[in-house]
Amino acid sequence: MSNKVFAAVALAVALVLAAVTQLIPNDYFFTAAYTVLLFVILATAWNILGGYTGYVNFGSAAFFAIGAYTTVFLYNAFRAPLAAGIVAGTLVAGLAGLGLGYLTLRLRGVFFAIASLALAVVLYIFVVNWDYVGGARGAYVLQPREIPFGLPRYIHLIYAVQLVMAAFALVVARAIEHSTLGRGLAAIRDDELAAECSGVPTLKLKIFSTMVSCALMGMAGTTFPYYLSYIEPSSAFSLSYAVNSIAMPLIGGTMSWIGPLIGAILLGSVQQLVQVMFSLGAWNLLIVGVLLVLFVTLAPNGIMGWVDAWRRRKGR
Amino acid sequence: MMAAALLEVEGVTKRFGGFTALDGVDFMVRTGERVGLIGPNGSGKSTLVNCIAGTLKNEEGSIRFEGEDICGHAAHRRIRMGLARSFQIPKPFASMSVLDNLRVPLLYAARKHEKLAAGRIVEEAMRILGEVGLAGRAHAMSGGLTQVDMRKLELARAMAAKPKLLISDEAMAGLSASEVDDVLALLYGLKAQGVAVIMIEHVMRAVMKFSERIAVLVAGRKIADGDPQVVVGNADVIKAYLGE
Repeated sequence: MSNKVFAAVALAVALVLAAVTQLIPNDYFFTAAYTVLLFVILATAWNILGGYTGYVNFGSAAFFAIGAYTTVFLYNAFRAPLAAGIVAGTLVAGLAGLGLGYLTLRLRGVFFAIASLALAVVLYIFVVNWDYVGGARGAYVLQPREIPFGLPRYIHLIYAVQLVMAAFALVVARAIEHSTLGRGLAAIRDDELAAECSGVPTLKLKIFSTMVSCALMGMAGTTFPYYLSYIEPSSAFSLSYAVNSIAMPLIGGTMSWIGPLIGAILLGSVQQLVQVMFSLGAWNLLIVGVLLVLFVTLAPNGIMGWVDAWRRRKGR
Repeated sequence: MMAAALLEVEGVTKRFGGFTALDGVDFMVRTGERVGLIGPNGSGKSTLVNCIAGTLKNEEGSIRFEGEDICGHAAHRRIRMGLARSFQIPKPFASMSVLDNLRVPLLYAARKHEKLAAGRIVEEAMRILGEVGLAGRAHAMSGGLTQVDMRKLELARAMAAKPKLLISDEAMAGLSASEVDDVLALLYGLKAQGVAVIMIEHVMRAVMKFSERIAVLVAGRKIADGDPQVVVGNADVIKAYLGE
């Protein structure tokens, strides 16, 4: 399937899903689905750098928060609409990713991971002390009273927006995976020195994939301040984003765009279920941890790794 | 008539902390020439290869390829100009098939200086795999190859970059006599295509048979360079290899 066809299909699926699910009477569905979709975007974005290129980013929460706080800033400064926040938040997070890449990607492997974690801490402290966006108190972002398309509540809208953005993230990830660029990234992941000696401009490609990955993480965060109408640093920089955006691709499989999607839907839904059915929201990270340990030991290539192995056996 | 100089290394020095790995090495290769580079372990052969290929930066001296100073160029630019190398310890792209391993240099290096239509990439990769005798393994995962096949893949991947100069870093270590002959035939084939080859090797039989000229490195200095028969008779070379 060509990229254009896939993009059209993905957009169509997202729009149809958004339209059909509006019939669901239970409001909680939208809150839960919003969270799962948020993780779909984060996991897909993380995988572009972590799965395709082999550089582990521990700072996903920072880029998510950059997106969220760009929305807050624009709201405070200009009462800017959601769409402006989405575009600006994506760009700012992409620029931050470019900066991180430029400063740290000359280092290899574990050094990049540590630098990404440090960036998250630095940004957290910066936001806590930045009064204009609420500082440690947090900030209110009021949902507009007018809701387009005749939707009953604002959560219905940002759920639909998140659905379209998730489709967009998947289209970007799949296009990269199937391109010459994707082949270059895979070569870097397998052996960076051999890649460079095969003509792959490794530094340029690494910086590019960091930028795209971080921009998409930022995009995921742009709708977040509207989700609860309130945002504060410890929720925007929550450990759960960093952990989940690593765990979901690992559980689903990091070699293709489908893996993070499956991992995010699976893990995200399980977390929602546990939270609702057993009121055990605090257990979420524990569940992630246990599942991650199980998968790393039993299926190191994730669910898609299983599927591939099964296909190969069948093909023989 | 002498062919034009393809690679000119002049006064190259490389230090690792207080240790001088290369000490003012001069070395040159002409277009289409077959040169053997020998020396005891730790004499600086691989360091010289790394400086030429751009994976290490030399502190002093100049390296010119086709007359252009390439010291400031990153490794990927050098290979795009036609300067390829294979690795002593094979470095396959383990998550890819053998065929896909060759696609990387075909896409990123060969296409930069040679017209190669996108549709012909697979065809070209299969042709090279056929030459090295890996055609039957094209769709196998490269991580699961035997050591011998990995060495062949290493050479094939360097060839796929369509180099003007190929540096073969101990491609024959651990191969049987008949396999050594296979690899030699392969490198002779490159000569027929006008590709110059630097062969770094401990298998003396292969080096003597293959090289038009041999250079000897000992402790980071070049102590001999010339006709193979003359070089191996050189008293300094014998001393370096066998002791006093």
